[in-house]
Amino acid sequence: MKFLNGIAASSGIAIAKAYRLVEPDLTFTKKSIDNDSVEIDRFRAALSQSKVELEGIRDKAKVELGADKAAIFEAHLLVLSDPELVSPIEDKIKTDKVNAEFALKETADMFVAMFESMDNEYMKERAADIRDVTKRVLSHLLGVQIVNPSMISEEVIIVAEDLTPSDTAQLNRQFVKGFTTDIGGRTSHSAIMARSMEIPAVVGTKTATEEIKNGDLVIVDGLNGQVYINPTAEEVDRFKSEHAAFEAQKAEWAKLVNEQTVTSDGHHVELAANIGTPKDLKGVINNGGEAVGLYRTEFLYMGRDQLPTEEEQFESYKAVLEGMDGKPVVVRTLDIGGDKELPYLNLPKEMNPFLGFRAIRLCLEEQGMFRTQLRALLRASVYGNLKIMFPMIATLSEFRQGKAILEEERQKLQAEGVAVSEKIELGIMVEIPSTAVIADQFAKEVDFFSIGTNDLIQYTMAADRMNERVSYLYQPYNPAILRLVKMVIDAAHKEGKWTGMCGEMAGDEQAIPVLLGLGLDEFSMSATSILKARSQIRNLSKVDMEKLASEVLQMSTTEEVLEAVAKATQR
Amino acid sequence: MAEKQFKIIAETGIHARPATLLVQAASKFDSDINLEYKGKKVNLKSIMGVMSLGVGQGADITISAVGGDEQEALASLEETLKKEGLA
Repeated sequence: MKFLNGIAASSGIAIAKAYRLVEPDLTFTKKSIDNDSVEIDRFRAALSQSKVELEGIRDKAKVELGADKAAIFEAHLLVLSDPELVSPIEDKIKTDKVNAEFALKETADMFVAMFESMDNEYMKERAADIRDVTKRVLSHLLGVQIVNPSMISEEVIIVAEDLTPSDTAQLNRQFVKGFTTDIGGRTSHSAIMARSMEIPAVVGTKTATEEIKNGDLVIVDGLNGQVYINPTAEEVDRFKSEHAAFEAQKAEWAKLVNEQTVTSDGHHVELAANIGTPKDLKGVINNGGEAVGLYRTEFLYMGRDQLPTEEEQFESYKAVLEGMDGKPVVVRTLDIGGDKELPYLNLPKEMNPFLGFRAIRLCLEEQGMFRTQLRALLRASVYGNLKIMFPMIATLSEFRQGKAILEEERQKLQAEGVAVSEKIELGIMVEIPSTAVIADQFAKEVDFFSIGTNDLIQYTMAADRMNERVSYLYQPYNPAILRLVKMVIDAAHKEGKWTGMCGEMAGDEQAIPVLLGLGLDEFSMSATSILKARSQIRNLSKVDMEKLASEVLQMSTTEEVLEAVAKATQR
Repeated sequence: MAEKQFKIIAETGIHARPATLLVQAASKFDSDINLEYKGKKVNLKSIMGVMSLGVGQGADITISAVGGDEQEALASLEETLKKEGLA
């Protein structure tokens, strides 16, 4: 039995067979062949295998996704039997005496080039269909398997190099029991998605895709960050009982679903959830979330080929606001760029995407896109308690510009006779040190702050959080970070405003005592962390934590801080 | 040879689904069936051929069939065009 060490990204234990979500190797070399009829037979066999496979996918898609979504596979099937594609390939094999792989690729590439050169967007997309179909036939010629994650029909553990947001969107929550990846950290998208799907995940194992074969029995221990490959029966039993213990602990926490988050000395804080789509609401409610502290709207924009319409956005925002039934919902406007790309925006590649044209910077430039989102939000505002925040604010002028645009759209809507809520709080994410440092100035104009620790730490420490070699600099407990957090909270309180935190730190067991002492008002985290945090906070005293906070602010290293936290929470 | 002209009235022209249906209908017959638009002629049994024409709304197209079942083929294609609101 082998095991891999990684980063515990989402808690829990899952035991299931491995499903490798890995692009197969479709490389081949051009070969001369002697017997063309054998080669043509080989090509025809690959074609018919591909057809059978596609028919299966189409039938399943019809049942699960509806005839509409299945239509694309119908078109793929027609491409496979298209005489204009098949005959030239067979002719090529016969006259040029080349292998089927080469004849297929050459012919298909010609069609791809033809469709791509058309000036009609729709036709350009057809090029992707041909590529897709070619890949499938090629995989059969080469005897390798193509992955179809949407077609998984038994319980599996997904094994991948990394998971993109669109990969995860395709995963069937019913069957995907957990996942493990080669790269990534606690704050990478795959990790965040795992927590919102409430499935165990271990990321950053470096070698999962090398070590794990399809069908291997795998245990993902999301509590300790380990992955076991083909474990013995005893080990399976051991993890089954650990899983049961974890479930029992969860059941214990579950009793706090409807309880208040109050410290032992009667101080109330708000425990909110971070969500990506309306689908995540169920988790928020089940875990006793008192609010949505961060609704990441970028998922609406991802995994598609054009911008979402105002109507689509309106429906999503409305669903979340209604689902929360009057409880606060903080919506972050589009935060794209950095590690989150939108191919259809055709933004140029940048040397330093995290320091580049992203989030509010992009929105203030591409105002049409920004205004559409704001209109959808304003229209939805009457369905609940909406708060809006802008991401990546670095200067007051950015905030003022964003606010002015919001006001313009509000007036336009009202002039059109559309109902808009009168009291929508408008705040900002504090994730850039320049903003934290003059939080006192911002506090006069914003309604609230939400500290985005993942980026605040990366920008303060000047350490790319996607770069594993500098990951030791991701130090949430560094006194430098804690002092910035304190400045923000104090600045807000001085103006009678509130401060939340929506980075990973807000749900961190070791950070919560200090944040409580610093006076943080709202803690927004993965829904699955809420009950654990509530149970912890109910056992802490605000007065004691204030003492702890003032002590650690005077310390010089992360290690000292952690030691002090450990001591303070033991007594 | 059987031949007939049609005017495409569907807003999206002959895209995705309509193209799929036409090709599926044509493929049921033995006759050689062609679609002509703006002087370009393609095999109506070829999805890529049909889509490469980029037939839009208001286009005048000609469908021709040659073979033992040419009449039936043309009638069937006309029915598909009408049923789908294409022409």
